[in-house]
Amino acid sequence: MRKLLKICFAATMAISAVGVVSNVNAQSLELNIMAPAGAGGGWDSAARSLQEVMMATGAAKSVQVVNVPGAGGTVGLAQFIGSAKGSPNQLLVAGITLVGASISNNSPVDLTKVTPVARLTGDPLVIVVPKDSPIKTIADLQAQIKSDVAKTIWVGGSAGGADHILAALVTKESGADPAQVNYVAYSGGGESLAAMLGGQATAGVSGYGEWQGQIESGDLRALAISYPEPIEGIEAKPLKAQGLNIELVNWRGVFAGPRVEGADLDALKAAVEKTVKSEQWQAVLKTRGWADYYAPSDEFQAFIGSETERVHEVLKSIGLAN
Amino acid sequence: MDSLFFLFQGFATAIEPANLIYAAVGVIIGTAVGVLPGIGPALTVALLLPVTFKLDPGGSIIMFAGIYYGGMYGGSTTAILLNTPGESASVVTALEGNQMARSGRGGPALATAAIGSFVAALIATVGLAFLAPILVKVAVKFGPWDYFGLMLIAFVTVSATFGSSPLRGLTSLAFGLWLGLMGIDQLTGQARLTFGVPELLDGVEVTTLAVGLFAIGEALLVASRHLFKPEKPMPVKGSIWMTKEDWNRSWKPWLRGTVLGFPIGALPAGGAEIPTFLSYNVERKLSKKPEEFGHGAIEGVAGPEAANNASAAGTLVPLLTLGLPTSATAAVMLAGFQQYNIQPGPLLFTQHADLVWGLVASLFIANVMLLVLNLPLVGLWVRLLAIPLPWLYAGILVFASMGTIAANPSVVELLLLTGFGVVGFLMRKFDYPIAPAVVGLILGPLADSALRRSMQMSLGDPMILLQHPSSAIMIGVAVVALVAPFIFRGLSKFQQDED
Repeated sequence: MRKLLKICFAATMAISAVGVVSNVNAQSLELNIMAPAGAGGGWDSAARSLQEVMMATGAAKSVQVVNVPGAGGTVGLAQFIGSAKGSPNQLLVAGITLVGASISNNSPVDLTKVTPVARLTGDPLVIVVPKDSPIKTIADLQAQIKSDVAKTIWVGGSAGGADHILAALVTKESGADPAQVNYVAYSGGGESLAAMLGGQATAGVSGYGEWQGQIESGDLRALAISYPEPIEGIEAKPLKAQGLNIELVNWRGVFAGPRVEGADLDALKAAVEKTVKSEQWQAVLKTRGWADYYAPSDEFQAFIGSETERVHEVLKSIGLAN
Repeated sequence: MDSLFFLFQGFATAIEPANLIYAAVGVIIGTAVGVLPGIGPALTVALLLPVTFKLDPGGSIIMFAGIYYGGMYGGSTTAILLNTPGESASVVTALEGNQMARSGRGGPALATAAIGSFVAALIATVGLAFLAPILVKVAVKFGPWDYFGLMLIAFVTVSATFGSSPLRGLTSLAFGLWLGLMGIDQLTGQARLTFGVPELLDGVEVTTLAVGLFAIGEALLVASRHLFKPEKPMPVKGSIWMTKEDWNRSWKPWLRGTVLGFPIGALPAGGAEIPTFLSYNVERKLSKKPEEFGHGAIEGVAGPEAANNASAAGTLVPLLTLGLPTSATAAVMLAGFQQYNIQPGPLLFTQHADLVWGLVASLFIANVMLLVLNLPLVGLWVRLLAIPLPWLYAGILVFASMGTIAANPSVVELLLLTGFGVVGFLMRKFDYPIAPAVVGLILGPLADSALRRSMQMSLGDPMILLQHPSSAIMIGVAVVALVAPFIFRGLSKFQQDED
């Protein structure tokens, strides 16, 4: 473990040394990236991967990561909006969970208040059933939902999060009332996995990567993924290909503070674009098991708007927002 | 045998030079802090938790094991030398141990405690290595209803065994439960009892409560008493080695203590206190010199100390396999695991097999190191106690606040710490046990979501708790454990009236 860390560290140092030398004149950005979550989670690892690749490619001269955990990211977002207003060197990593958290926490701030720089990654969610379940296909699951929505027990991650939203969307698409969806929230993929393996639930939702091992070993049967297109190496087909008009991606993106515009914003956009287009970033995506879901600033801005609206609507239909 | 293979791999991890150094550092600071009066292993681990943040999970957990066993050992030292048990499990050790120290036999008392702890922990760690994986298979079958049953047992036994009366235990537990309700509700995502303070949305940190109640509360209490009755440390007289007679009188209690301690500690609601009291009673019954009890009988130190350490290894079984903290120390350790997003639970053995076996192997190594380091150092440890108490507790206040601020730099956190310190002082002053409050904060939210998940899965039918035999049995046990003391007390009162 230590040895591995040392090697990684040495490699990073070597790469960044080379990178800095070749880009001395090109960039002198000194960035702060905020991960509005504790160390070790998805946003934190995205922020730290950005840091590593930005310094390795010379997209920025120095990058610091700050963790501000709390309340699904809303504590960090509120702080970021206050401190990064008009600032040319502060970034925030966030994702769909923060969209849901700002709505269900009645937070005064949300992601429409900050400036989208780029959408980075998007992970597919997977819908599974226990291996002994009589449900073999997504159509079977829909039939079960239609016949008794309350007895269809879903398990997944935190209430109002992406997993919960997908369960509600599938319920709605199957012709039942999403307000009645019987969704049992667990704090993470590990705990809800135990409930799935123990056969206590009808169906489960999680990030594909979290349950990959059990899906491949045959302990869980994957019915569908929520990504719009098929993904190489994943046997389960997209919901869209199976006749359900649903796409939901657990995306992560990077934002600048409010009122960052003009040359400042262009510099940040260029730095992030350079990072994302690099070989090192592709290598990071591969080792972390993330899917590339890059979208530049303008497209991302429109996406945030539609995503906020859609999540709000779903949360309202479940009864978690008003 | 898979376990053996993994265990050897664990040893390979643990004896890497860097990890050996972590283990040694852990044992040394664990003992050094644990030897301070009033500071047991739970607080030692809580105080030193931030120290381990900077390491990778493997190294951090190895250091943790060292701190844990070091703190356990240090806590007994103060119980024996100063009559200040670091935690409730060392209370029994203080009974005979301090008597021995007063008659100048502090050396043998410390030695039998150290060697007994070593023997017990060694045997119990073997038990942990080979029994825990079997328990995992049972663990996955545990539904929310079973977890709820378990929580009930833990609540009842913890509050009934700590403190002078079940009512006081339950009061303290209720305080912890109330704190546990704060923050975003896991099942609905809505905020509860946060009073509009965004810092409270994630609930109250367990370490903040533990450090506030244990360390700050104790410091305030000592300060309030010091004016009237200053406490003085006591030097060790005579040889620090055990005589042949001491050995003969010690080895059977060590083994009996282990046999009592490990299974009870492994019970999710067993705890460390019950086996120490049981062991003390057993040794008193079996001793050839029962008249020595109360005046410094070495069996009364050897047995309970072994039971205490065996149960400490035992508590790791539910912690690692079920994610259930059944003692204050296990609770703090759980917080340590969570720092790394490692959720102890049914899957820990499969998802983090390297860490678990590394931990088991480092427990072995921490044990050996403890013995090697501590026996020759008994004389030195006693000198640590010569620090004037005002200095000692001022230092504790500084370290406690710094540790909390380092973990979460916010004013709200510091205010909470101070508030909990005052509450801890009042609880001590009015004789309310501290540990149930910490247990309540940890288990409360778990029991809350376990119960509501069960109800969600049964569509609101509470009978689901009794329909599954396992949860029905556990709920039954909890009810009996709650009611039995009252009935027995009633019966004996009745008998007294007869006489």
